Amino acid sequence: MPSRIGVYVCHCGTNIAGRVDSEGVARFASGLKNVAVARDYKFMCSDPGQDMIIKDIREMGLTRVVVASCSPRLHEKTFQKTCQRGGLNPFLFQMTCIREHCSWVVADPAEATAKAKTLVAGAVSRVNEHEELYSRVEAVHPDVLVVGGGIAGIQAALDIARSGHKVHLVERGPSIGGHMTQFDKTFPTLDCAACISTPKMVAVAQEPNINLMTMSEVVEVKGYVGNYTARIRTRPRYINEDRCTGCGLCMEKCPKSVPSEFEEGLGKRKAVHRNSPQSVPNTPVIDAASCIYLVKGKCGACKQNCPSEAIDFEQQESFLDVQVGTIVLATGFDILDPTALSQYGFGRYPEVYTGLQFERLNNAVGPTGGKILMKNGQPPESVAIIHCVGSRDKAHHEYCSRVCCMYALKYDHLIKDKIGHQARVFNFYIDMRCFGKGYEEFYRRVQEEAVSFIRGRPSEVTDQARSAEEEGKLIVVAEDTLLGRPVRVAVDMVVLCTAMQARHDASEVARVFGISQGQDGFFLEEHPKLGPVSTATDGIFLAGTCQGPKDIPDAVAHASGGAGQALSLAARGEVSISPTVSWINPDICIGCKMCVGLCAYSAIEFDERRKVCVINEAMCKGCGSCAGHCPSGAAQVRHFNEKQIFAELEGLSLRVQPVRQPAGADAT
Amino acid sequence: MTEKPREENMQELIVTPETQSEPMPGAAFEPAIVAFVCNWCTYTAADLAGTSRMVQSPNVRLVRMMCTGMVDPKYIIKALLGGADAVLISGCHPGDCHYINGNYKARRRVKLLMEILPRFGIDSRRIKLTWVGASEGNEFAATVNRFTAEIKELGPIDTRRLPLL
Repeated sequence: MPSRIGVYVCHCGTNIAGRVDSEGVARFASGLKNVAVARDYKFMCSDPGQDMIIKDIREMGLTRVVVASCSPRLHEKTFQKTCQRGGLNPFLFQMTCIREHCSWVVADPAEATAKAKTLVAGAVSRVNEHEELYSRVEAVHPDVLVVGGGIAGIQAALDIARSGHKVHLVERGPSIGGHMTQFDKTFPTLDCAACISTPKMVAVAQEPNINLMTMSEVVEVKGYVGNYTARIRTRPRYINEDRCTGCGLCMEKCPKSVPSEFEEGLGKRKAVHRNSPQSVPNTPVIDAASCIYLVKGKCGACKQNCPSEAIDFEQQESFLDVQVGTIVLATGFDILDPTALSQYGFGRYPEVYTGLQFERLNNAVGPTGGKILMKNGQPPESVAIIHCVGSRDKAHHEYCSRVCCMYALKYDHLIKDKIGHQARVFNFYIDMRCFGKGYEEFYRRVQEEAVSFIRGRPSEVTDQARSAEEEGKLIVVAEDTLLGRPVRVAVDMVVLCTAMQARHDASEVARVFGISQGQDGFFLEEHPKLGPVSTATDGIFLAGTCQGPKDIPDAVAHASGGAGQALSLAARGEVSISPTVSWINPDICIGCKMCVGLCAYSAIEFDERRKVCVINEAMCKGCGSCAGHCPSGAAQVRHFNEKQIFAELEGLSLRVQPVRQPAGADAT
Repeated sequence: MTEKPREENMQELIVTPETQSEPMPGAAFEPAIVAFVCNWCTYTAADLAGTSRMVQSPNVRLVRMMCTGMVDPKYIIKALLGGADAVLISGCHPGDCHYINGNYKARRRVKLLMEILPRFGIDSRRIKLTWVGASEGNEFAATVNRFTAEIKELGPIDTRRLPLL
């Protein structure tokens, strides 16, 4: 049965009718194939205009509607709803823009009218091929999965849990807290990191809506927005968390000492250990690689001495599947290993430290008890702080790590504060970037504390002395680019402000969750400005430094944003899934799997039984990468399929000749 | 191409006397140009050019696609064979694609098509791929005017004289 099309041409006051002969366009449209009625009206989007369409649908039995007015980006939804109210499927509607693309930009009225006619012909021709489509509504599971228990993950988990939704918080390490627990002070307020982070950690442990899983990783994620199933692997801690009282006797009795990761290699820890007495959970963990009992089968000193019989060497790896509706990723960052920048001598000279090692030197529970001491136990008389190590460097990371300038200033202050004003501090910087709230003020304060700032990236750190004063010191060789001359600065200690970089296994995590990484390796947000916490995969959100380098305030704000996004889905309880997604015709598909590799959303799977590719409609975004490439033409995007585009082209390719009014005639 | 383009009769589609497939004798050549533009960047830029009243030549007609990555090369060929003198494809700047990397896919396809079409007698200058971001209304208007001028210079496409098609 041929379709019965209603065409409605808007005047938009004089916005359209001032240039385009709307009446003439409607007259032209009424002569097009399958057009049952064509009308023009002052304001189609007004109530009388919409009522006119509804009335025609009902009384004239229209099966398709075309509106020629403003941009579909403005009013497509309005008219789709109008059609729906009239009893017509909203996808049996086509809108064409004769205002922004025609009346407003074509100077000559005759040409503008001719163009409008062509555009209407295209829309009429296309709408013939439109099909009824229905949005799907899927339930959203109310629980949320938060991956990573650093400050961002903690913030996200607390925000969500306090709204009443259940949160599964998965942390790879033995304790939550992340990098922030390694810090001593935080810039620019100089409040202690532990004082502000440990209450949050305890709040997580006490929050009944948070299911905290430490020593755990997500190994597999299945499903789509609203209905994810995550498989979580928990490694054995060898200590029963329920029985352990956290007394710490096992750590006292353990005979095996190894370098501590938490102390960045500066201190030792036992085979059974915990990061700090404030760890959450408070239970220590036995490191299977260094524990004598687990390696050799002898010892068991901890087991003999444990008063609550909590040691359990029989613990095994376990797996748990959790159902969640949305996922927040807060997997954090790694610190660049500066060994690769061999000119700075890290690993070769004992007095060259990374920023994080220097944090531990300052920390009251660190290896030196919070005193800034060299390896010989003496405080340094002079310290050089080298900024941008691996950041803003084409050989390593082109980006700025955003935190180094500020923590370098914090170190400047701490050195002056802890060692005394006689200690000399030299900053080697490229540019000082103090952009946050209170940051510039802090910069000014540190400048007034008699700290030296030398603008130039050092070429090397060496112990080759050229004079008696340089003897036994580390010499930082650089060019002072403001004075335009080389400088050699002899110091006792060098701190490298190493770059923040994406986690070493970020690509693996991206694969598990079906999200993408930017060129810098960090996870890619949906939009750099308007979608900084969402990803291209619906229902998966980012929090904190896994998206890019951030300081603590930014990471916390970002995490709250991610939590808010996850909550808005979880609270609503259902998600509407657009039907304008791809579809692969199984009768045509030859199973070449070209589309599987092209799909940026991993939404296409190969059905081994039928030997055809199948779209997962919940994951498909309708970008049409598959449809644009499919060699057999089996993949088509609904509402943008081949027939529809071809039909539109047939209409658009018409040459409508401009009809010029004879001079002096009344142009209406 | 498994499905042949439907040879729908133009005369059947149009019954209004004021259209004709041949330009009036003596009239200056006015090319018909079809533009496949992505919804997120170039279509938005065209809207912006409109709200900013940037005057453009009326020859370019937009086909709204969700992404340049869904522009099948046969759409371009169909447009050229169906009467368009040239085809413009325009999307988001590299790295800005709303669908991660659809514009890169379009770039590869268009480049290949531009290599193939001359062998069938179609000047590759009749196809153009540009990146126009959503904020670049002026760039959109300039692209439209520039491309129209180029095609006017090139003259009408004569698909009947193509050797192999």
